[in-house]
Formats: sequence, C-alpha cells, structure tokens
Amino acid sequence: MSEFFGSPHALLVLVLAGFLPNEVWRMAGLWFGAGVDEGSEILVWVRAVATAILAGVIAQILVQPPGALAGVPDWLRYGAVAAGFAAFMLTRRSIFAGVVGGEIALVAGKWWLG
Amino acid sequence: MPRRLKPHPVTVALPALDSPHWQSPLRAFALGMSSVASTVLTLVLFATYLGIGALAHDSQFSLGWVLGSTLLVWAGPAQIILISTLGSGATAVQAAIAVTVSAIRLFPMVVSVLPLMRTPKTRRRHLLLATHFIAVTLWVECYRLLPQVPRERRIAFTHGLGCGLVTVCMVATTLGYGLAANLPPLFAAAILLLTPLAFLLSTARNCRQISDVLALALGLALFPLVSMLHTGVDILISGITAGTIAYGVHWWRERARA
Repeated sequence: MSEFFGSPHALLVLVLAGFLPNEVWRMAGLWFGAGVDEGSEILVWVRAVATAILAGVIAQILVQPPGALAGVPDWLRYGAVAAGFAAFMLTRRSIFAGVVGGEIALVAGKWWLG
Repeated sequence: MPRRLKPHPVTVALPALDSPHWQSPLRAFALGMSSVASTVLTLVLFATYLGIGALAHDSQFSLGWVLGSTLLVWAGPAQIILISTLGSGATAVQAAIAVTVSAIRLFPMVVSVLPLMRTPKTRRRHLLLATHFIAVTLWVECYRLLPQVPRERRIAFTHGLGCGLVTVCMVATTLGYGLAANLPPLFAAAILLLTPLAFLLSTARNCRQISDVLALALGLALFPLVSMLHTGVDILISGITAGTIAYGVHWWRERARA
C-alpha cells in the first residue's frame, strides 16, 4: 500500500496545498452564494476576474510548458493553439473540431521538424 | 442567468418531466450517471486526465497520490499547477497559493449553478457533494441537462453525473500514468497540449457578455508580461487586472446605453 500512495508527507501536502486551497472557493460559493443575486454587478466582476485567471492558467501552460511540452518550440505551441482556435471558429464553435485541429497542427509541425 | 442562455441544439434522451421514471432518486442518479455518455466534453476530460496522469508519472508522484488529487481536487488546471509547481521544487506554500488563485473561478460557478438545484426544502448540507463536483464540465452540463430534470430530483441527478465523470477521470488518470513511461515524447506533448486547448475553447464557448470575451483575451495577453516580474503570484495580478479592466468596459458601456 505504501508504494501505491507514496510517503505520508506527500499525501499531507496533497491535502494542504491541493485539496484545501481549491475546495475553499467551492465552499465559499455554497456558504455565501445564497445571498448573491445571480445577475448582480459584483458577480459580473467576479466572473470576469475568474475568466481572466483561467486565461492566465492557460497562458502559463503555454509560456512555461510542463513536462514533454517543453520539448516543442515556442512558435509551434502558440501556432497549434491558434490553429485550434481557428478551427473552433470556422466550425461554429465546435470544441471537438478545435481540439482536433490544434492537435493535428502540433503533431504535423513536430513531424515536419523531424 | 439561465434565461439568457440559448437552448442547446443537442437534445438528450431523458424521460419527460412528468415521467414515472423520475419518482425514484436512485433512478435519477442512474440517469445522471449515464448522461456522461451524451457529451463530447467527457472525451475532452478523459484526454485531459490522461495528460495529468502522464505528468504526475514524469514528475515522480505515486499513482495513489495522483488518483487522490483527481478525487479530492477535481479541477484540471489546479491539478496541473499543483503537480508542476511541486515537481519543479517549489514549496508547499507556493503551490497552495498558485492553486487557490486558479480556484477562485469556482466561486462564481457554484453561485450560478446551485440555484438550479435548490428547492424550498433544500438544506445546505444536501448540496455539499454536488458543490464538490462543480468544475467547468459539470457547470456547462448542468445548464444543458438540469432543465430537463424535475427540480426535486436535480441533486440526485447531479450526484450521478458527478460520480460518472469522476469515474471516467480516475480511469484516464490511471491509464495516463501507466502509459507515460512508454509514451513517445511527441504523444506526451500532444496530450499536455489538450488541457490549454480544451480550457481555452470551453471558456470561449461560455462567453456570454463583452466582459467575458475581454477578460479572456486580456488575461491571455497580460500573463506573459506580468510573468516577467516573477512575483510568485503572477496569475493573480494579471487575472485581477484583466478582469477589472474587462468589467470596467462592461460598466462603461452599460452606462453609455442608459
């Protein structure tokens, strides 16, 4: 079992640095959300900030890529995402078409580079 | 907000609202669970968690640890941030800050989805598990599916939907973890690209107002600039700045119209 879960210290870090800091926002929504009017201005602002933060997370993965993605040149990562977005827009916002388009651009580009 | 949403073009084969099928909560749970098969987002989520499993393997985490993160954290970006920050030698405090910043977006999601499930008899504790399941996929699917579910069965249905999605993602995490060692680098890179692609496109699809579109575009553009400052909370700074500018434009336009 210890091999499956790793050290108890790592599991403690998972709870303290992963689970709790993430879950606190869901619970905050459950506790304080009932009083917030769905169409209120404060919620428009919170949603804009939340969207921009998610955009930052996306940008971070592309600008400071993790793992094997770091082996792909910068221009190819950005180009593949741009190609995926173009495919998404051309197919009347099909997420599936966009994801497939972006992946094809990445694989084709990397293959072409050798 | 639901009033402003256009009906989704895909209709799902759920029983009619007055069907006897909805009388049993267990049956509603099962219908929720099988609805997982009705959306392409499940496929995207599956691929994202293949990537998370592979990333965890490459960053030397145990399989039990990454499965625990899928079950407990249940948010793709937060898990990728947690694994990549801890994997690159950051402290637990730095990782916790990065995770909590990425998780702020869950707050407005919870606030906007829970009213769809509430009845006058609903207590807060009844919503605890459904709240844990809320992440971008469940948020999108609730808007699409819950109007076709009788209100008193919506929590049971959401529990089924959430359990179904978590199960699919646990399988994907395990597969990705096992495949990582034997994966050619090109495939590993392709799987890791799925997350930013899927999140970018599903966010773009959910943009309802000019403020959402601006927040997305400005957030993407500002992060690379702010990241040069190496503050450790770059995402928070770029996110709050971009989001506030986007809100400002919305406020100014509303005022100009009035």
